[in-house]
Amino acid sequence: MTSSPPAAARGRARRSRSDSRLGDSIFFNLSRGSGILLLVIMAAIAGFLAYRSGIALSKDEGNFLTTFEWNPDAPKPVFGIAVLAFGTIVSALIAMVIAVPVAVGIALFISHYAPRRIAQPFAYLVDLLAAVPSIVYGLWGVLFLVPHMDGLTAWMDQYLGWTYVFDQTQAGVTPRNLFTVGILLAIMVLPIITAVSREVFRQVPRMHEEAALALGATRWEMIRTAVLPFGRPGIISASMLGLGRALGETIAVAIVLSANSVLSLHVLDPGGGTFAQNIALKFNEAQPFGRDALMASGLVLFVITLLVNGAARLIIARRKEYSGANA
Amino acid sequence: MSTATTIADSTPQLRRNLTTARLPKWAPAGVALLSIGLGCAVGAGAGLASHLQWGIIAAALFVVLSYALSARVEGRRQAKDRLATAVVWVAFILAVVPLVALTFYTVQQGLEVLDGNFLTHSMKNVISSGPGGGIYHALIGTLEQVLLATLIAAPIGLLTAVYLVEYGRGRLAKWVTFFVDVMTGVPSIVAGLFILSLWNIMLGFDYSGFSGSLALAILMMPVVVRSTEEMLKLVPNELREASYALGVPKWKTILRIVLPTAIGGITTGVMLAVARITGETAPVMMLVFGADAINGDPFNGPQQSLPLYIWQQYSMVNNDFGYARAWGAALVLIFFVMGLNLVARGIARWRSPKGGR
Repeated sequence: MTSSPPAAARGRARRSRSDSRLGDSIFFNLSRGSGILLLVIMAAIAGFLAYRSGIALSKDEGNFLTTFEWNPDAPKPVFGIAVLAFGTIVSALIAMVIAVPVAVGIALFISHYAPRRIAQPFAYLVDLLAAVPSIVYGLWGVLFLVPHMDGLTAWMDQYLGWTYVFDQTQAGVTPRNLFTVGILLAIMVLPIITAVSREVFRQVPRMHEEAALALGATRWEMIRTAVLPFGRPGIISASMLGLGRALGETIAVAIVLSANSVLSLHVLDPGGGTFAQNIALKFNEAQPFGRDALMASGLVLFVITLLVNGAARLIIARRKEYSGANA
Repeated sequence: MSTATTIADSTPQLRRNLTTARLPKWAPAGVALLSIGLGCAVGAGAGLASHLQWGIIAAALFVVLSYALSARVEGRRQAKDRLATAVVWVAFILAVVPLVALTFYTVQQGLEVLDGNFLTHSMKNVISSGPGGGIYHALIGTLEQVLLATLIAAPIGLLTAVYLVEYGRGRLAKWVTFFVDVMTGVPSIVAGLFILSLWNIMLGFDYSGFSGSLALAILMMPVVVRSTEEMLKLVPNELREASYALGVPKWKTILRIVLPTAIGGITTGVMLAVARITGETAPVMMLVFGADAINGDPFNGPQQSLPLYIWQQYSMVNNDFGYARAWGAALVLIFFVMGLNLVARGIARWRSPKGGR
């Protein structure tokens, strides 16, 4: 795909004048330098966080992986990421369970179901969801969504309480819990999953679709036999991109969740925490050592998102055209 | 005409087999109306307070009724098709509802405090638990920080994209491409922590708007690279070749031919990236710190910014006056970001290089 001029033309341009050669080499090195700078920044993020984490971990009196509490500034510093890791993963999973089917549905709607003329405006509308800043999502979440979740939470407690997960131990408490956070995160990652899946569905070979229809398939059978199999890798990597965003979301979670250091599978009970939310809330009152401890948790978050995003990119790399970076 | 009727009359058996019964065209709309009505009736009848529940009941009814009706009249295969259509429509509406609810609620709440006074005054000497005050200092801070971040990130991003498209071959380009992709997923709070450890702890600088800009620039760079890259790839190769054939050196070709051709798309990409970082709260909260008075100097002392202002009004003031100011600032922020988005996409449609896509 990269456009390369014929070697002969390039050679001629190079040889023409010495000042043009100088200009070429300056420009080449400048642009290569910025590329290298990006790599250096990524390496520096990992390096600096690892260095500060090393300082923090050497003085941790608890087990960093299994301790529940977060007290790095106590005389005997004790802190661990068990609750944070659990909360991060659970809220992101809830978000994925809700967002992926809905996003695939929306993508299908825009690419195959919506009347041609309104499909494009609808696509814009969904993209606009991505434009809303996360702080506004957070504010809306806590002042609008949380009060509206009361009824739904009571419902789930009543009818699904037997699953243990949806059991509410204190009835009627404000639903600032991991489940509400999951719903909010689902709304926030919908646009990226939709945008990438939509692009994939658009690239399904027209011939496959028409062949399916010509064999008498209904529209759904055509989608099931032609569109979805073709789009599966795209859907997977789109979901992982969304997952990466959900894992790293900070301020919306910090506003909506009423955090504590209890690890509980009851997702309808307030409490728990996530990596990013913990950093945002503990940061201001943290002493220098407390900051180092927060950086250690930040490093874990960085590594997790790096792995998730890297995997998504490797899956998608086979088809370069739908990167989704512009979503 | 006459032949057709004869065939139909003579072979009624065949005709029935070829075309099975179909639901009328207005059936989906009718089912939708019916289920919305039923959803409201059940919700109101059972005294469910939350409209979320009404909506869920209506959506479930719509899906089930579409399937059942179609299964009775048209057969199972058609019913499955109707089911899928119903589910897809419901999914789309599920996405539109929060967007509309959020926009509507923000506008409704924000307009209550938004006036000339709110836009032109800071929070200096305002008792934060009472009414009054404004976002002028936050507006200034946001504009300066975003401008600085753009000045850092846009050239680097642009040059990197030029490298990837015009020069990039071999291992380095592959690594850069991969890590740019991965970098788009770096959580904003991690970028903030990095700048904090490098700029503030190691190099010893104090809170300032500029250190916030550095973190925002990190978040902005990969977005600029990706969008610029896509645009440069759309520039037809013939243009480059024509330029080389005239003996124009490569760097001049890039500066005078390639970049101007793609400038519309590049502008769009940069604007979308600006829109994205304008709403970032986490790094700003760590690095800019926040202030109540106007501080026009991004290099010295704490500043304020719009997202941070919303956060502080919500979490620290935490009463109705604080919420009102937070909504006012949120409305301004959303207006700015969505406006930027719409204008950027408009430019993209208007000035994208022809060919491809």
